[in-house]
Amino acid sequence: MSGKQPRVEKTDLVVIGAGPGGYTAAFRAAELGLSVTLIDPEENPGGVCLYRGCIPSKALLHAAALIGEAAEADKIGLTFATPQIDIDRMREWKEGIIAKLTAALGSKVDKLKIDHIRGLATFKDSRTLTVRTAKGDEQEVVFDQAILATGSRPISLPGLEISGGRIIDSTGALELADIPKSLLVVGGGYIGLELGSVYAALGSEVAVVEMTDGLLPGCDRDLVSQLKRRLDKRFVAIMTGSRVTEVKEQKNGVKVTIEGKKGSETKSYDKVLVAIGRMPNSANLGLENTGIKTTEKGFVEVDGQMRTAEGHIFAIGDLAGEPMLAHKAYAEAYVAAEAAAGLKSLFDPRAIPAVVFTDPEIAWCGLTETEAGEQGIRVKTAKLPWRGNGRNLSLGREDGMTKLIVDPETDRLLGMAVVGPGAGELIAEGVLALEMAAVSEDLRKAIHPHPTLSETIQDAARGYDGSK
Amino acid sequence: MVHEIKVPEVSEGVKEGIVAAIAVAVGDTVEEDQSLLELETDKAVVEIPSTHAGKVTEIKVEEGETVAIGAVIMLIESEADDTGEKEEKEEGGEEVEDGASPVKDADQDAKPAEKKKPADETKAEKEQETTEKKDVETSESPDKSKERREKERTPAEETGDEVDLKSSRRGDQVAPAAPSVRRKARELGVDIYQVDGAGPGGRISQEDVRRYVRQTMERLQAGQGSLPGTKPLPDFSRWGDIDSEPLSKIRQVTAETMSTAWASIPMVAQTGHARITAFEQFRKEFNSRADGRTKLTMTAVLVKICAAALKQFPQFNSSLDVENKQLVLKKYVHVGVAVDTPSGLLVPVLRDADKKDIETLAVELNDLAAKARERKLKPDEMEGGCFTISNLGGIGRDLFTPIVLPPQVAILGVARGRHEPVWNGQDFVPELILPLTLTYDHRVIDGADGARFMQWICQAIEYPLQLVMRG
Repeated sequence: MSGKQPRVEKTDLVVIGAGPGGYTAAFRAAELGLSVTLIDPEENPGGVCLYRGCIPSKALLHAAALIGEAAEADKIGLTFATPQIDIDRMREWKEGIIAKLTAALGSKVDKLKIDHIRGLATFKDSRTLTVRTAKGDEQEVVFDQAILATGSRPISLPGLEISGGRIIDSTGALELADIPKSLLVVGGGYIGLELGSVYAALGSEVAVVEMTDGLLPGCDRDLVSQLKRRLDKRFVAIMTGSRVTEVKEQKNGVKVTIEGKKGSETKSYDKVLVAIGRMPNSANLGLENTGIKTTEKGFVEVDGQMRTAEGHIFAIGDLAGEPMLAHKAYAEAYVAAEAAAGLKSLFDPRAIPAVVFTDPEIAWCGLTETEAGEQGIRVKTAKLPWRGNGRNLSLGREDGMTKLIVDPETDRLLGMAVVGPGAGELIAEGVLALEMAAVSEDLRKAIHPHPTLSETIQDAARGYDGSK
Repeated sequence: MVHEIKVPEVSEGVKEGIVAAIAVAVGDTVEEDQSLLELETDKAVVEIPSTHAGKVTEIKVEEGETVAIGAVIMLIESEADDTGEKEEKEEGGEEVEDGASPVKDADQDAKPAEKKKPADETKAEKEQETTEKKDVETSESPDKSKERREKERTPAEETGDEVDLKSSRRGDQVAPAAPSVRRKARELGVDIYQVDGAGPGGRISQEDVRRYVRQTMERLQAGQGSLPGTKPLPDFSRWGDIDSEPLSKIRQVTAETMSTAWASIPMVAQTGHARITAFEQFRKEFNSRADGRTKLTMTAVLVKICAAALKQFPQFNSSLDVENKQLVLKKYVHVGVAVDTPSGLLVPVLRDADKKDIETLAVELNDLAAKARERKLKPDEMEGGCFTISNLGGIGRDLFTPIVLPPQVAILGVARGRHEPVWNGQDFVPELILPLTLTYDHRVIDGADGARFMQWICQAIEYPLQLVMRG
């Protein structure tokens, strides 16, 4: 057996990539009775979300929040000593969470009798995949249908290549190798701000540089301004409208030249975190051997059932377009798996929530005020600052705001946005309201528990019309 | 002229606020009363409107900054001198544009009926609006969004009855229905974008979807039932006096059934002639001994013969199931007989005609015909027929082509027997000839089979011994 003839396996459905989109699709398809093969290089499913994204970053942000709250407790008469940070134990704790979650997914793969191949797949043609396995050999998988869920990866810029040493991306930052004395975050998006917040809490002097005029491009300015007020105190510098023009990695630091509104400035940082965005992993899949079409940005083009130009091949998650969020991938996974099983599923969400897990958190869903303005959609907005909310004050906070965006003709909710602690949890109510096509009266009449932050949603809705 | 925009007194007791968001940038043109920035105070988030129309030349505050009431936040340079010039341009435009005033066009564009204009025309109008009528554009924004939604709707319309599983819809383009309702609609094959929601804000419920299905079905059925004669009628009284009377139930049902038959069944009529001289002799002799009830009619004999023929040619005793692509073959033989009654045509059915002798059939037929004329037939006495005989011999002189009674596939029309000279090989002899017409559903029965069936019936009438010999 010289291995000249690769082993050929046949399957109903092959799922490529075992991130949130891939494993969800594989599980759902197996539940619906299809024979499923799942291909991913890792031992257990998890993808970026579990291994180097959502979950580890939230673990570290929890640590950051504890540090922050302990410090702020001073003003309510509780003084803690400066915390001792054992970075090794913190890292172990974080890795433990990942191991626990991914192992649970691994056992579900076994339970559902999904054939898991560790390896990387490329299309030989539109019915056959060549898989280079983790063991180093090659095999072929012949499939009736396929779901592509290969995700995305951080973008790096020319001149700003990820060295793994002093220049890192989000993956490197989440590894928590050390706590640099100073850290420059390139990119004022949600990844940069979340990770910048973590390192700032752990003691790094964090500076952020963002090319556009404000943090979190695309997000409504009134929400961002509340976050910025707090970040101004946490970060040593927030340079908006500024560009990195030169980067020199040196022995004891990285020399970075930044061109801003007030001219050019060169400074040295211990580490540089590049968080300027993510790009879909569509390049090395052999898509050219199929009829699958991609956009200019590299996203795979799909229809309402997540089918690519090759009707029997689906694409979901980050690979299939913005927003690149795990919960969008979950939803698309259900649609694709069910369509593959012959059901009339369709991806038609009214709202995909977005959450920035900073302190305060920012979350929104549906139409934003910015989009309404850009698209010429007439809306009514109600904004309720949290200053008068008892629960917020009792948490020792004064910031926060709930915003509702309503169609003036139908009174239907078009969008909701929240900034404040726990905004990510509160936004779920907005998503439900949007999907159910709720009118503001519905939000007004639903009894919200007291005293909670959720009352701000009811109170904001009362701002429209108390007569109904 | 440059105007200073100051923080106005937003509410009593408030001395300062935090700039929450700046809505404009340097260089933007703003309207009077347009929101410039949002100020967060202890009590609320308030919008600071512009006191003048013009161009923003300087913004003196930053987001997050605390500003006092009365502080200057922006500088706006007004275009007061330009206004007059603009208005003149507008009027000039009116003349060159084929006399179509831009104001009028904008009004038209706001009407939903006018939305199906050629794209370039609409675009041209849009440009007019934006360049010449700023105020119209602002007030029109809700209409624009609707139009945009409508455009997104077209792919679904193009696919017709099919539910659109192709185009991607997100956000405000999604119909105001809960995900469960949207799923239900997809399963029922309903394009939810065609359904009107009766709920608050136009929300679509499961009941709305069901109502839509019901209404669509009714519309389709109504369309089918009234295929002929759907055109509006002229006013007949223009040409003379008229009277109108309501259609009886029997007439309505007949009209509907016959329309369906005519529209859906491709029919062929096969004629035949049977020599009945001997048969008529026998019948007359038999009837001279019979009373009114046991009287033997030609029809009763034909019921027996047709029943035997249906056993011989099973495809004539069938129904076409188009939807499931199958032919339903019946193992029973129930023969319907068309009866002329004062209130209309009725078709009572003789059950298991193949298993009954002619005498029994004759009695049953006479009873049923009497009941039909007295309108005493029960509905189940007119159901389940496999084949129909329509004998107009009592009235009609010559051949006619009956219409198949669906879901049956064939019908036999019988005209009046008449004497004709028949060549017997040596001479012309007078014979009593019965003209027959077999109309059949050509989807189920081929022409050759139709001819064979007719041939078989004629022979059975002429040589009744065959019938007995074949059982």
